Amino acid sequence: MTGDLPTVGLVIVAHSAKLAEGVVELAGQMAPEVPMIAAGGAAEGGLGTDYAMVCGALRRADHGLGVVVLYDLGSAVLTAELAVESLAGPDRVRVVDAPLVEGAVAAAVAAAGGGDLDAVAAAASGVRSSPPPEPTRSPGPASVPETQPAQEIEPAPEIEILLTNDVGLHARPAALLARTVAGLDAEVTVAFGDQRADAGSVLGLLALGAGAGDVIRVSARGTQAAEALRRVRQLGERRFQ
Amino acid sequence: MMGCAMDRVNGVIYALRLAARTMSDHRDELVELDRAIGDGDHGENMRRGFLAFAAAVDRVDPETPAAAIKLLATTLISTVGGAAGPLYGTAFLRAAAALGQAPELNPALVAAAVRAALQGVIARGKAVPGDKTMVDALSPAADAAQAAVDQGADVAGVLRAAATAAAEGARATVPLVARKGRASYLGERSAGHLDPGARSTALLLGALADAAAAR
Repeated sequence: MTGDLPTVGLVIVAHSAKLAEGVVELAGQMAPEVPMIAAGGAAEGGLGTDYAMVCGALRRADHGLGVVVLYDLGSAVLTAELAVESLAGPDRVRVVDAPLVEGAVAAAVAAAGGGDLDAVAAAASGVRSSPPPEPTRSPGPASVPETQPAQEIEPAPEIEILLTNDVGLHARPAALLARTVAGLDAEVTVAFGDQRADAGSVLGLLALGAGAGDVIRVSARGTQAAEALRRVRQLGERRFQ
Repeated sequence: MMGCAMDRVNGVIYALRLAARTMSDHRDELVELDRAIGDGDHGENMRRGFLAFAAAVDRVDPETPAAAIKLLATTLISTVGGAAGPLYGTAFLRAAAALGQAPELNPALVAAAVRAALQGVIARGKAVPGDKTMVDALSPAADAAQAAVDQGADVAGVLRAAATAAAEGARATVPLVARKGRASYLGERSAGHLDPGARSTALLLGALADAAAAR
């Protein structure tokens, strides 16, 4: 949905070249248009992190909107922060403390959805601390504050989608769904069985465990709720292609 | 401009070369210390980084003490993997900044440089005294350097005071439980070992003090 517009870039700093490349491979599958550079391993090829390699990766990943950096452990963050400080525009980089794999996936999807630097950084760091999403509808009156306006407790419009694709709500379909609703003024929730997930959270969608032949329920609130549901319905009809 | 040789750039380069010699001589000791509570690469990393500096300084021929120290910083950053590269790199970058364009050193500048190095290491690594890191050597060194300045010591005296305090601080890391760096993964088992980073800091300051005393 971003067309040819540039997105925020990602740099993966890790002690192992294979680890960094693997994270880029995985996250890249979900957001191939996002510039994602692996900066793993020491200069001479062993384990470690290399300052010059990280500096080069930061330059290549920045297509004008900035870069989010994720790292594995220990000295990787020291190398990353030192490299950022040496840049001409250190304010265009965010070094984010997040689980490496989950954070990279979340950041990549947020970037592909057109998120700005802060939004992409927040998506990456959010995977550590975010609790399971609250139900958008209250199950009973006990949890509804009495002052809440009446329209807030009306059920959000909801559609059902039969997953007719081969893999169900697996990684790539989940990423497509998250990107489909990204940028809209709508809170979109996906329910499967008694579990719910924010449609913008790839990892939340994956955790639902909805497979081929299952039916998911998608609801939306906000000024663009109808548009969000229309897009999700189309995505389902296209079998998440 | 009639300070002793140590005060001018060639004296500083001599001191840093002696530090490289010291890192090379103590490679195996640092490897052994790091093997006990880390990943065993500190001695080789420090030796490689300082020898790369010794080669680079011949090519670059820095004109001020700050330029020489900055060259050491950038060389360590680009050649030392692991935490030591960014940490020592930041320390020497900050020390160089504290010296400014001064053509020669004086006691107050030396103490300010040690203090700036300490602040850089703390900013980079987020360690505090007692975490069993190089901060445990550098922090008392900065205090001792300033105390020596206040008592009227010369450059060599300031460096000797810093080196002595750093050595004591390093020895005091033995009973500590590591709270930063790879050794912290060991928890209580890190107690009973000398911290390799604190040891290398003490060795470096010792080499600088020896160089100042010799010239």
